[in-house]
Amino acid sequence: MTERAIIPDVANPPVTFTQAEIGWTPWLQPLAEDDLTERHLLGLVEAARAKSPYFRLLVRDPEALEARTKTDKDIFYNTRTGLPRAERELAATAASRSNGCIFCASVHSRFASHHSKRGEDVQKLLDEGVGAELGERWNAIVAASVALTATPPAFGDEHVARLTAAGLDELEIADVIHGAAFFNWANRLMLSLGEPTPAN
Amino acid sequence: MTQVSPDVIDLLAGITPGSSLDRIRAQRPETREQAQQSYLALFRPKAFGEVSLAERQVIASFIAGLHRQPDIYEFYVNPLEESGIDRWLVEVLKAEIGAGRAIGPYGDYPAGPLSVENRAGLLYRVTDTNRDVLGERLSAALEHAHLLVFRPREASPQALQALLDAGWTTDGIVTLSQLISFVAFQIRVIVGLSLLSAASKRAAA
Repeated sequence: MTERAIIPDVANPPVTFTQAEIGWTPWLQPLAEDDLTERHLLGLVEAARAKSPYFRLLVRDPEALEARTKTDKDIFYNTRTGLPRAERELAATAASRSNGCIFCASVHSRFASHHSKRGEDVQKLLDEGVGAELGERWNAIVAASVALTATPPAFGDEHVARLTAAGLDELEIADVIHGAAFFNWANRLMLSLGEPTPAN
Repeated sequence: MTQVSPDVIDLLAGITPGSSLDRIRAQRPETREQAQQSYLALFRPKAFGEVSLAERQVIASFIAGLHRQPDIYEFYVNPLEESGIDRWLVEVLKAEIGAGRAIGPYGDYPAGPLSVENRAGLLYRVTDTNRDVLGERLSAALEHAHLLVFRPREASPQALQALLDAGWTTDGIVTLSQLISFVAFQIRVIVGLSLLSAASKRAAA
């Protein structure tokens, strides 16, 4: 028998970019928590992720989820050297704003605000879009992230030069590249496997 | 027999041992390792499940072609050609890449204040003739890949239903979605690091 996609009836869905704690509901059936095997738990990496319908859906391919999750964590949390966390989250927010992932942008704009203490500038990026005036260093990071998010990618020598002029070294530029690139992975999963739900 | 696979991002971004970018990547060993593990999980998994290796390679080649990255396209299409697969299939794939080219991201937002940012663009469908060569299942996968590459904000449960109707299961769709989205990531890391590597070499010259 052919399976059916879930068509949720979401009242008042989020239709603007926001830093509020909105939710997400899947269009395909996640695994039940009780049905998770050892391999699934390894794939989830953190036991707490078994509470999330998003991760319980992705864990249907545990190998892919495990490697994806470890890639994600290192790109964003390994901040002993390189670009500060706030600016990695800025790259993630810019990519999400450009692709149009309201849910991803909400999570990562909150992180960007928290780590930078520049919540108003982050909100400006959400409200005005990727052309918002945020000061040259942030403008350069947003422009590079948006160029890399385009298909085909429009990232060029001018973006590297602008980031260098803004004071980023090679490792920090590589961190911008990874932060924006990763959200071209995450945005596509979030946007295509479910939809945002309003904040409680 | 275990065969060590070369690091795909290093290979395609032209990062050689001892180069400046090699040292940059060495400072992020977990990112480097897990990006490669992600590739292996999707293209050399322990079990292919319902998504065959050839299907995975066709879809990845299509995505690389849509991103206009000839080296990455060759990387995914070459093993397919060497596997003795129907040569006509590769010709069809090339034709579909040509028909699917666009500039993204585009598409409509949910109705509301963001509607002013809606951008119209190609709604790609495999041609009827080529659908016969590719089959319903692969044709549906290419249409879904195009949706996710160029207008992910227009994704919908109806798009997933189209995959289910073409014979995909929920498990298969999760793998397909990871594969499409991972390749979109991998391409951008390769493009970004290649440029950074070239800039670094020029600065050192």
